[in-house]
Amino acid sequence: MDWAGLLGWVSIGLGDLDLIKFLFFQFGAVDFRSDPNSLSPVSVFPIRGLDWIRLCIAMNYIIGAFKPACHISFTFFDGKSRKQVPSKKENGQTLMVPLFQSQENIVGKISIEPVSGKKVEHNGIKVELLGQIEMYFDKGNFYDFTSLVRELDVPGELYERKTYPFEFSTVEMPYETYNGVNVRLRYVLKVTINRGYAGSIVEDQDFVVRNYTPPPSINNSIKMEVGIEDCLHIEFEYNKSKYHLKDVIIGKIYFLLVRIKLKNMDLEIRRRESTGSGANTHVETETLAKFELMDGAPVRGESIPIRLFLSPYELTPTYQNINNKFSVKYYLNLVLVDEEDRRYFKQQEITMFRLAETS
Amino acid sequence: MMISNGIEDEEKWLAEGIAGIQHNAFYLHRALDSNNLREALKYSALLLSELRTSRLSPHKYYELYMRAFDELRRLEMFFKDENRHGCSVVDLYELVQHAGNILPRLYLLCTVGSVYIKSKEAPAKDVLKDLVEMCRGVQHPIRGLFLRSYLAQISRDELPDIASEYEGEGDTFMDAVEFVLQNFAEMNKLWVRMQHQGPLREREKLDKERNELRDLVGKNLHVLSQIEGVDLEIYRDTVLPRVLEQVVNCKDELAQYYLMDCIIQVFPDEYHLQTLETLLGACPQLQSAVDIKTVLSRLMERLSNYAASSPEVLPEFLQVEAFTKLSNAIGKVIEAQVDMPIVGAITLYVSLLTFTLHVHPDRLDYVDQVLGACVKKLSGKAKLEDSRVTKQVVALLSAPLDKYNDIVTALTLSNYPRVMDHLDAATNKVMAMVIIQSIMKNNTCVSTSDKVEVLFELIKGLIKDIEGTSTDELDEEDFKEEQNSVARLMHMLYNDDPEEMLKIINTVWKHIMAGGPKRLPFTVPPLVFSALKLVRRLQVQDGDVAGEEVPATPKKIFQLLNQIIEALSVVPSPELALRLYLQCAEAANDCDLEPVAYEFFTQAFVLYEEEVADSKAQVTAIHLIIGTLQRMNVFGIENRDTLTHKATGYSAKLLKKPDQCRAVYACSHLFWVDDQDGTKDGERVLLCLKRSLRIANAAQQMVNVTRGSSGPVTLFVEILNKYLYFFEKGSPQITGAAIQGLIDLIKTEMQSDSTTSNPASDAFFASTLRYIRFQKQKGGAMGEKYDPIKL
Repeated sequence: MDWAGLLGWVSIGLGDLDLIKFLFFQFGAVDFRSDPNSLSPVSVFPIRGLDWIRLCIAMNYIIGAFKPACHISFTFFDGKSRKQVPSKKENGQTLMVPLFQSQENIVGKISIEPVSGKKVEHNGIKVELLGQIEMYFDKGNFYDFTSLVRELDVPGELYERKTYPFEFSTVEMPYETYNGVNVRLRYVLKVTINRGYAGSIVEDQDFVVRNYTPPPSINNSIKMEVGIEDCLHIEFEYNKSKYHLKDVIIGKIYFLLVRIKLKNMDLEIRRRESTGSGANTHVETETLAKFELMDGAPVRGESIPIRLFLSPYELTPTYQNINNKFSVKYYLNLVLVDEEDRRYFKQQEITMFRLAETS
Repeated sequence: MMISNGIEDEEKWLAEGIAGIQHNAFYLHRALDSNNLREALKYSALLLSELRTSRLSPHKYYELYMRAFDELRRLEMFFKDENRHGCSVVDLYELVQHAGNILPRLYLLCTVGSVYIKSKEAPAKDVLKDLVEMCRGVQHPIRGLFLRSYLAQISRDELPDIASEYEGEGDTFMDAVEFVLQNFAEMNKLWVRMQHQGPLREREKLDKERNELRDLVGKNLHVLSQIEGVDLEIYRDTVLPRVLEQVVNCKDELAQYYLMDCIIQVFPDEYHLQTLETLLGACPQLQSAVDIKTVLSRLMERLSNYAASSPEVLPEFLQVEAFTKLSNAIGKVIEAQVDMPIVGAITLYVSLLTFTLHVHPDRLDYVDQVLGACVKKLSGKAKLEDSRVTKQVVALLSAPLDKYNDIVTALTLSNYPRVMDHLDAATNKVMAMVIIQSIMKNNTCVSTSDKVEVLFELIKGLIKDIEGTSTDELDEEDFKEEQNSVARLMHMLYNDDPEEMLKIINTVWKHIMAGGPKRLPFTVPPLVFSALKLVRRLQVQDGDVAGEEVPATPKKIFQLLNQIIEALSVVPSPELALRLYLQCAEAANDCDLEPVAYEFFTQAFVLYEEEVADSKAQVTAIHLIIGTLQRMNVFGIENRDTLTHKATGYSAKLLKKPDQCRAVYACSHLFWVDDQDGTKDGERVLLCLKRSLRIANAAQQMVNVTRGSSGPVTLFVEILNKYLYFFEKGSPQITGAAIQGLIDLIKTEMQSDSTTSNPASDAFFASTLRYIRFQKQKGGAMGEKYDPIKL
């Protein structure tokens, strides 16, 4: 499968510099021809994405059969000024959705307009703010770790467009929105027009939550000497152990002893997502970046610089035990390949965090 | 890694690479035309990925590189124009670093870096430093060299040099120097590493490939030399030590040789002069296989030319003691490189000599020092057999001759002959010839016996047989040529002071007397004449110096001459000795030294009697004796009588009658010297003539008997001429009647049937008669005298 083809549509309509960076990395630069043993590019993006598409088609079908009786729209109080970020929907489309962080007030209006003057009877209208975790082995079963409800209207009838203000104040949203391989964490505003036997009318508005951390007060470099006895001794250094998402990894690899003919050296960023607990723990590792550091065979005493910009990659902060459901960890994997394509590697965990954007 | 199986495969891979570049270049151009940064980056990275190949030789890789290079030029133009892509150069600088593969990433980074410097948004030095550091990521020799060469290329116009627009605000030319030096060091490392890349059996191929790449490395030195800010001080304190450190430490002969040469060629002469010590200090540290002699030779050649360029720079040479430094360095190099063949060492000395001759023509001691060093190197070795070595030694020895046009100068060099001693016989001779030719060409006069001594020591290969060499293979013509040269040389030995001149002659004699029978006939005559010349000079001065105690008296010289010629006579070469005796006798005569002259004549006669056996030689000899004796006026009557008596006696004893006849009538002159107080003994003249007539008659008869016809009348005509001579001179015994009688006799003879006519003698006779007739007609006293003769 052509990896580029799979992602091609993502870019439509987006001119953002960050995205360009991302695409450039994905399309232009990585050339896997030289290294057939490397991870297959397809595995970087989970096959499950396709399942989502199938699911969405089914939903559309249902909605199409019963034409919606009314049109529901959300307006946020600070909608104009609030930052919008792209969010991938279940059907694979990317929508721009508002971005919040924990303890923010989520304030806005919901307007409901019956279709072409038809009246809508209901047993009450409510809006919920849900924080949900969905495990893919347990699809469709959402675990709500946050659930807040506001009643919007008492039972009655709607004849015309009606607007309801709502407000969730200082909402505790400790976890970030996350789309993983085996797990998804999302936040949604859900409006329900309860109609009893006729079936409730439900409308969702996704939003994204990102939480910012201040720079850590202690941020030691990672420095280590590794090797194979009498064969290869290297010393590598990464300038930090904790990186923010737009950070740059600076470092160097110093060759203390080289008795094998190396061909090249890469630095990989790997994401380890573990879900479940106990016996049901499931671990999925993806290689998000494969960055060539060195071409050719160095000799003793050479020092190879590292400068890896993290911004082109779709990274998230490190998540420790989110609601006892999952964890996401990041690793730097230094891989040396010799002329017989043997690989020597050393993996080091790094902590990722989200730094408040200054803009 | 694939090892190339042949040229065809390589061609194929190159074609594939080019196709890949062209393909991506097409999309790149489209992206550039539509100002699409994203696409431009994508396709330029793909395009550059073609350079990741390991399959091409440097030569082919270069072709590929050049194509990529052209495309990068376009891309750079695009990057420069922010309006076209809307991305600040700072962002661009980061953006290109997102590329996953290192080689395309670094090419793009360098390209943007160049734009970055031009934009002046960051100090040039920071960008340059970053680029040169980041390029460390490419450790593959060929790919790394080309990448760094690209970096050098694009940064060339942006170095923060003095007076460049990138200088200032913390950017100084020192940053530029630092940058180039670092890039140079890294490139050199990569280049040197190439030799370890392949299997040993491909060593030769690798060396060839490496050679193809050397200019990429050398280019950096060229750039350094172009940086305005690199003045002498910077060069001396920073550039040179750093470059040399690289050169020495890389321990690679190919690189060391090339880079040393490069340093010498790209930096100005005055820098070399002022940093000689440093530069030369590196030489002994180089690998022993490095052709250091060529390197040093080139350096000295450059310095020589520099010295020749203008006289104003000469004090600099003195100030830095260039010669001493070079000399020491060469010594150390030779010491350090034990394996260096002797020819290498000698070549070095030749270069040094050429250098000092150009730069310090007045310092003969330097020349001698060089030769001395050479001797030291050669000492303990057997005679040089290797033709390359001897060639160099000849060059070494010829250089001072060519320079000074004056052998005398060379003669003061004490080590000169010692070097020559190391040559084999043949070369020694060649060298001796060179020396002699130099003297001849320049008309050099060698004027003291000491110098002559040295000179003959130098050319002793020509003067005598050298022990242990066989003379069989000598070419006769060469030998003659050599000996003739020696003979000519002797005339160049001259001093106005007779005393010194005598010493010179003594010295020469001392040398040539060992020459043996083959040489003496060539060498003795010039010496004799040289001595005689001195005698004549003394004779002229005689009046002035009379009475004083003079060491150089003719007498002494004649004693010496006697010895010399005696040596020749035992050789044996009697005819030559005889002539020389006669010459000496004549000289002695002029000096009024009767006993000496008599002695010489005695020697001549003894030789005639004992050694000259060949009748033809006898004829010649006797005529010479007669001729010489005739001119002698020093003898008293007794001596003269003895000698003339001997001469006439020998004349009459010649074998052939005509020879007898001619010798005898020639003897007539011995009794009639046409001087004021010369002997005028008409009686004995007549006796001689009559006797010759008798002999002529006898000869005629002998011919008659043996052949049946008379011989020509030539002899009679000749005798007639003698009669006429003495008649005219007024000898009373020679009468017109006698002449008349002789004429009649000849006429009768000619008319006789038995006489074979001979046109030559007829004509001779006719013209003799014509002369008589002429004299008669002329009248006057002589006419009257002739009058009675009837024709």
